[in-house]
Amino acid sequence: MATANDIPPSLSKVRHIVLVLSGKGGVGKSSITTQLALSLVQLGYSVGVLDIDLTGPSLPRMFGLESKKIHQSSQGWVPVYTDSSKRLCVMSIGFLLKDRGDSVVWRGPKKSAMIRQFVRDVVWGELDYLLIDTPPGTSDEHISIAEQLRDAHPDGAVLVTTPQAVATADVRKELSFCRKVGLDILGVVENMSGFICPHCAECSHIFSKGGGEDLAKQYDVPFLGAVPIDPRFVLLIEEQHATAASTVGEQKPDAIDGTGFSLIEKYKECKLCPIFARITEQVVALTKDKAR
Amino acid sequence: MARGLPKKAKLRDVDKIIAVSSAKGGVGKSTVAVNLALSLAMQQKRVGILDTDIFGPSIPKLLNLTGGEPNVTESNRLIPLSNYGVKAMSIGFLLPDQDSPVVWRGLMVMKALQQLLHDVEWGGLDVLVLDLPPGTGDVQLTITQQIVVDGAVIVSTPQDIALIDAVKGINMFKKVDVPVLGMVQNMSVFVCPNCNHETHIFGSQGVQREAARLGTEVLGSIPLHPSICTLSDAGTPVVVAEPDTANAMAYRAIADKIIHKLSI
Repeated sequence: MATANDIPPSLSKVRHIVLVLSGKGGVGKSSITTQLALSLVQLGYSVGVLDIDLTGPSLPRMFGLESKKIHQSSQGWVPVYTDSSKRLCVMSIGFLLKDRGDSVVWRGPKKSAMIRQFVRDVVWGELDYLLIDTPPGTSDEHISIAEQLRDAHPDGAVLVTTPQAVATADVRKELSFCRKVGLDILGVVENMSGFICPHCAECSHIFSKGGGEDLAKQYDVPFLGAVPIDPRFVLLIEEQHATAASTVGEQKPDAIDGTGFSLIEKYKECKLCPIFARITEQVVALTKDKAR
Repeated sequence: MARGLPKKAKLRDVDKIIAVSSAKGGVGKSTVAVNLALSLAMQQKRVGILDTDIFGPSIPKLLNLTGGEPNVTESNRLIPLSNYGVKAMSIGFLLPDQDSPVVWRGLMVMKALQQLLHDVEWGGLDVLVLDLPPGTGDVQLTITQQIVVDGAVIVSTPQDIALIDAVKGINMFKKVDVPVLGMVQNMSVFVCPNCNHETHIFGSQGVQREAARLGTEVLGSIPLHPSICTLSDAGTPVVVAEPDTANAMAYRAIADKIIHKLSI
């Protein structure tokens, strides 16, 4: 059992740390991280989300927080909260960029230094769950976060894949990486698992099928669930931006960003919400006994 | 540390180099790169494809060359593997085991990339297609600083979250003086094989809007069709397996535009 001295002070009041990994780009890590965060909030937990994808930070956009900036306090950087209830907060390099088209063209050492700051210099405060969204691959960012979290004893990793072979091939490497660095694998989520035509209800396996489940079996890890493609989820995320743009200047009392659009509430109406609730329950059960 | 930026060099024996990029993962760079390369080969060009994704090399699978082991020349240069009339090189061919991850920091990645860029015996090519990895990091920086890239093709899906990264990618190319040939809108629309109803799963017209805003051309739009994925997974890309279908023609039309733009 780690003593309080081992854990970085910034993470000392964080009960569970879960990484969301893939190995393959574009399988929906950020979407899965976002939905996992929303589902955990709906179950009553306080959640922080750390985006360590430095060259392609997606989380500010996913949560509708693109225009936000980080504030500096005497203890460190304050993460951006999604609303006044402060149940959900986000940290990403996206908040530090002046313009969303700005590219971060950094070599390894600079990226590693940034990740170190994100772990140690952010005032995470008291959280039930800290989710960490990662870029694809097994490079500097992944090695750095594994090193930074070594003393914090993360609960484990959720691996995201899409069904097809080009994706599972890369995710296998990520699974090996987890084993190499001693990161527990909580399970595999198969994303973009089928699309139901809104017109005739025929299910098309656009990205093939079954790869995620086979992968989980092969590596003897839990298969947490299959998430189908839902265009309305894409629209929900884009809608946030449209609402924010159209209500600039108006002040609404419930949302910190002044638009009154609450992603947390709107997600409840999404078809993927109940599917995610089941996946989240499993993650909660798997991490229950790992409190530090 | 070097003073000033490294000088860009042309690759020996290679006439033109095209980079297929996106910055965003999973939008279909490799699928587009492979089908473009095959389309160019169909036009009687001598074509090579270089997989510069060290962590997730997809080219071996897409070209049905998994498990292939390249030989070396007398001067220790790697001899590319061939299939469907296209020469290919990837780190996938140099790894002992398909499942072993490449857990390397930037410096080691650069060493491997140097070998892939400079130590391959292409044997005379009209065009070399570079399949770039996602992101705007070490690999992209090294490639664009060290060799002369004649044009970049940016692949994106229609949705905003992909376009944000595509724009970053375009800005990166501008920073390093690589001309952007245009954008490709991938996964543009899904046509239900059962009832032919069209659904814009990943949004619609996003690439057209962004391209217009940036003053760059849309080279083509490729639909989302389950067979593109199944054929890719089987190592028989659609341009080779079903060359006269609408899906294949979409790639071939883009290749024709590129031939024209670069006078290949």
